[in-house]
Amino acid sequence: MSELKKYIRPYLGYIVLTMLIKLMGALAELLIPYLMEIMLDVKVPQGDVKSIYLFGGLMLLCAFLCLGANVIANRMSAVSSGRITRSVRHDLFEKLQSLSARQMDGLTVASAESRLTSDTYNVNQLLARIQRLGIRAPSLLVGGIIMMLGMDVMLSLVLVAMLPIIAVVVYRVTKTTVPLYTHEQTILDRVVRVVQENITGIRVIKALSKTDDEKQRFHSVNEELTATDLKAGTVAAITNPASSLVLNLGLTLVVVVGALRVNGGHCPPGVIVAFLQYFTMILNAMLGITRIFVMWSKGEASARRVADVLNQPADLQQQPAKEAEPNAPHIEFRDVSFSYTGVGKNLEHLSFRLQSGQVLGILGSTGSGKSTIINLLMRLYDPDEGQILIDGQDVRTMDATELRSRFGVVFQNDFVTEGTIADNIRFFRDMDDTALERAAQHAQADFIPHKEGGMQAEVMVRGNNLSGGQKQRLLIARALAGDPDILILDDSSSALDYRTDANLRRALRQHYRHTTTVLVAQRVSSLMHADLILVLDDGEVIGSGTHDELMQTCEEYRIIAQTQMGDGKEAV
Amino acid sequence: MSNPNLIGGGRLTRAEVKGLNGDHRRLDNKTVSKSALLRRLWQYLGRNRLLLVLSLILSVSSSLLALYGPKLSGTAINAIDLGAGKVDFDTVIRCAVLMAVFYTASSILTFLLNAVMIRLSRTVSKQMRHDVFENLTALPVSFFDRYQTGDIISSITYDVDTVNQALSSDLLQILQSIVTVTVSFVMMLTIAPRLILIFLFTIPLTIVFVKWLTQKVRPLFRRRSGKLGELNGFVEEMLSGQKTIRAYDREAAVLERFDRKNDAAVDAYTVAEAYGTITGPSVNCINNISLALVCMFGSTLFLRGEIGLGDLSSFVQYSRKFSGPINEIANIIAELQSAFAAAERVFSLIDAEPERADDENAIELTDVRGDVELRNVDFAYVPGKPIIHGLNLHAEPGSLTAIVGPTGAGKTTIINLLMRFYDVDGGGVYVDGKDVRTLTRKSLRRAYTMVLQDTWLFHGTIYDNIAYGRPNATREEVIAAAKAARIHGYISRLPQGYDTVLSDNGTSISMGQKQLLTIARAMLLDAHMLILDEATSNVDTRTEQRIQSAMRTLMQGKTCFVIAHRLSTIRSADHILVLDGGKVVEQGTHDSLMAQNGFYRKLYEAQFDSVA
Repeated sequence: MSELKKYIRPYLGYIVLTMLIKLMGALAELLIPYLMEIMLDVKVPQGDVKSIYLFGGLMLLCAFLCLGANVIANRMSAVSSGRITRSVRHDLFEKLQSLSARQMDGLTVASAESRLTSDTYNVNQLLARIQRLGIRAPSLLVGGIIMMLGMDVMLSLVLVAMLPIIAVVVYRVTKTTVPLYTHEQTILDRVVRVVQENITGIRVIKALSKTDDEKQRFHSVNEELTATDLKAGTVAAITNPASSLVLNLGLTLVVVVGALRVNGGHCPPGVIVAFLQYFTMILNAMLGITRIFVMWSKGEASARRVADVLNQPADLQQQPAKEAEPNAPHIEFRDVSFSYTGVGKNLEHLSFRLQSGQVLGILGSTGSGKSTIINLLMRLYDPDEGQILIDGQDVRTMDATELRSRFGVVFQNDFVTEGTIADNIRFFRDMDDTALERAAQHAQADFIPHKEGGMQAEVMVRGNNLSGGQKQRLLIARALAGDPDILILDDSSSALDYRTDANLRRALRQHYRHTTTVLVAQRVSSLMHADLILVLDDGEVIGSGTHDELMQTCEEYRIIAQTQMGDGKEAV
Repeated sequence: MSNPNLIGGGRLTRAEVKGLNGDHRRLDNKTVSKSALLRRLWQYLGRNRLLLVLSLILSVSSSLLALYGPKLSGTAINAIDLGAGKVDFDTVIRCAVLMAVFYTASSILTFLLNAVMIRLSRTVSKQMRHDVFENLTALPVSFFDRYQTGDIISSITYDVDTVNQALSSDLLQILQSIVTVTVSFVMMLTIAPRLILIFLFTIPLTIVFVKWLTQKVRPLFRRRSGKLGELNGFVEEMLSGQKTIRAYDREAAVLERFDRKNDAAVDAYTVAEAYGTITGPSVNCINNISLALVCMFGSTLFLRGEIGLGDLSSFVQYSRKFSGPINEIANIIAELQSAFAAAERVFSLIDAEPERADDENAIELTDVRGDVELRNVDFAYVPGKPIIHGLNLHAEPGSLTAIVGPTGAGKTTIINLLMRFYDVDGGGVYVDGKDVRTLTRKSLRRAYTMVLQDTWLFHGTIYDNIAYGRPNATREEVIAAAKAARIHGYISRLPQGYDTVLSDNGTSISMGQKQLLTIARAMLLDAHMLILDEATSNVDTRTEQRIQSAMRTLMQGKTCFVIAHRLSTIRSADHILVLDGGKVVEQGTHDSLMAQNGFYRKLYEAQFDSVA
């Protein structure tokens, strides 16, 4: 919990107030039997009718005070724990968004998701309950002990001597349960992942008739989750009976010691009777406190998981800017090498320059590093060696927002959100409808008017009601809508037929003349008009130049071009 | 009904109809009567009858033991009470020893009871998760096109947890409390029947109040579950699109959206909690009021000489005892509201209509020849909006059928029908002359190998991913498949080779490589029919060429259905199906279609034009 201190601090005053009100309510409640006793034991035997109504009235008053205080305090506890949870979640989501792809891979989406909801919820529950239960029990305990000390110090000390034993029990138990609950949450991550995978892979799983295996897979994580939960719960369940046993044994000792003291004339027998009454109060208070510890251990485990993410170091930080180089090209890769895993190279000594408004085409075999160039250009990763410059400035020295505001990008099989078509093109940006319409038109998304509702037509989860080609044009429209400085299309017109593809390229030439374009494609026809074409193989450039140059100099390119269009109409 | 592809199989479940009119993307809380809900929850407890009985026995015996303790201490005190120098040490020591024994026994029993209760509740939640997942796997694919994954996950985690919390101890506590209340009530009745009048005031008041409050609170808890599910759905979706969001620098805007969902979830929580926590103090207050009334009324009666002082004090004692369990019951009922709301969501998943079960007489499809025929097939995702009308198609064993058409023409629909992800509305699909509806889905689907454009890889090793369709494949076979799919080289350069665990983002593996992995997966399968839906769309031409021979081997002797943009594959097809606007406009061979000079030719020339 201490990791989340800074979220609790702003509400500390409010929480203290809540607990004070709660305390008031508890006092009012304790007054009721006290008043009743006076009424029945003193006033009734005196036959004092007036006092009976007076005390009855006071009891009623206390009842209402208690109601008011508790309702208000409970509401306040819900408000403060809700607000704290909200700000924790806010920061957590913000942090998750800022994690680099590498960090996210380590964490997994499933775990991120369960930390953001399940774990914050556990923290929330703990905060609310501590406020609701956390004042009554400790104050009763302290009050009870003070009362006892007033009666007989010696006997009280016998009972007080039991408290450290209970503390040890509680300490040992939470020490075991916190890691167990942490472990449980990581199993929960796996439950989430299995469900996730079964939903996204439903067609494949059904097609391969793997349903039974998947059930088995779920069954085993479910079993594991249950077993861990059971273990944690059972260990935690020791606390309560163990503490009451220790206290009860203490009480037994009190009886024996009391007998000796009474026999020796050190204290009157009545004290022992009173002791027993207070003892029940203390026992209940103690049980209340141990319950809080049980809740605490679950909340603590979750709080740590949340804090783990919050404390992740910032990756890809902005470096101090240097003077931009004069007369620099728009985009320049300067001897860039990169590896995702640190083993082998995904890009080796890549260099190229691109002037503003030029088109770069990238062609190459699967896994040759085409998308890697884009990842580096957009600074989703930093190169291991070399430099990437935009307008003469190293991308590492640029403000992330400023850097990314230059781009319009479509990744391979890019992300389509649930919402309307317009939402997907707008993609959380501030844009008027004409901009969307224009972008859709340029992106050849002529299917939109045919959809019921046009721009307002609903797009289903993961874009499941759009065909591959429709999705691609929607995504291209998204990229164009921001009038980008640099347009990146990563294999994102593959599902378009050739005529649409050609129309798209025409529209780009016409309307986005000053936009520098990076085009990854499988089809030579898509990028043969580029100003510079890079042919990649296994992270290395094996050919660069225009189409005509490459036809002369790069055999690989010539083979690809010939396969695709060489002998006329075949094999397109 | 703005989504043409929304509804599965033409059959609408109640939830779907309801969903269509309203907010159809969220898991509904099916409004079920409280008693039906309780009965169902009780069934889960009933499935663990042994534990249930055990916990009842344990709880009764531990409370009996707990009662015995004070009795012993009472005896001891009487022995002490004799005064200085006269204490009866024999009795004191005997009592002390007995106390120690009984408290130890009582604590052990309490622990056992707790342990049993925990086991009971965890078993129930395990069974609930199990049942939800079982049904998830039985649901038609259309279901998952409609609901956010995160929303479903929230139900299987948070909602089940909420149900479990309330169910575990509370129901038993209610039972225990009812016993105490009844006993106290009878005792009071015998002491001073007239004072009962006051309880005739408090009990109905409590009932009316609790009823009013639960009615008010239940929708609030429903909203709490729903909003949390929505938040989870949003989080899941946005985290999966993180790269794009970052590329567009939209973190702030998405965060703002998140905040709105978060606020809604927190507000729903706060309101539900604020109202939910009224119950306890309120019922407590009602009890205190009645206590005050009992005291005042009773004292007046005593002063008038109508009851004795002893009667009055024991009546007060009992009424205090009485109020404890009443408080508890009220609190539990309030807490149960959140469980009910959560249970509604869980049950709506368990009850979501699964794929229609296989026909009772359904037979296994065996000795597949691969003769596939579509006869007069009509199909619509949404009734009244036909996607396919009167389609006839006959694919001979070993033939290659290409499905072409502009994007969005409904090509994938045919695959949905072949695989029986959806059932036809009219006509029939026949494999080896048998109507697919008379076959078990499992055997039908196993007769196909399917490679889709949207690659699906799970969090596991590359090896497991390739061997997924045939877990008993030998390592050599897996490697041979990877080699044939031209992905072996890449895999062996990875530090962990075939044991590399694929991560969510799979950042270091490209889309094309993912497709090659799924092709390798398909190569291990031995089905008689093959479906390739843009299977190599992200693979470059050269690699595609290199895997051609392997692909040919893969297709050899199989009845193949291919969706592709590359005309080379299509030209060699035995049969080409040309779709446009959801209808089959032409079919035939490449040459016959070219000769027809119709839509296909136009399509073909569109492609050809731009190349020149």
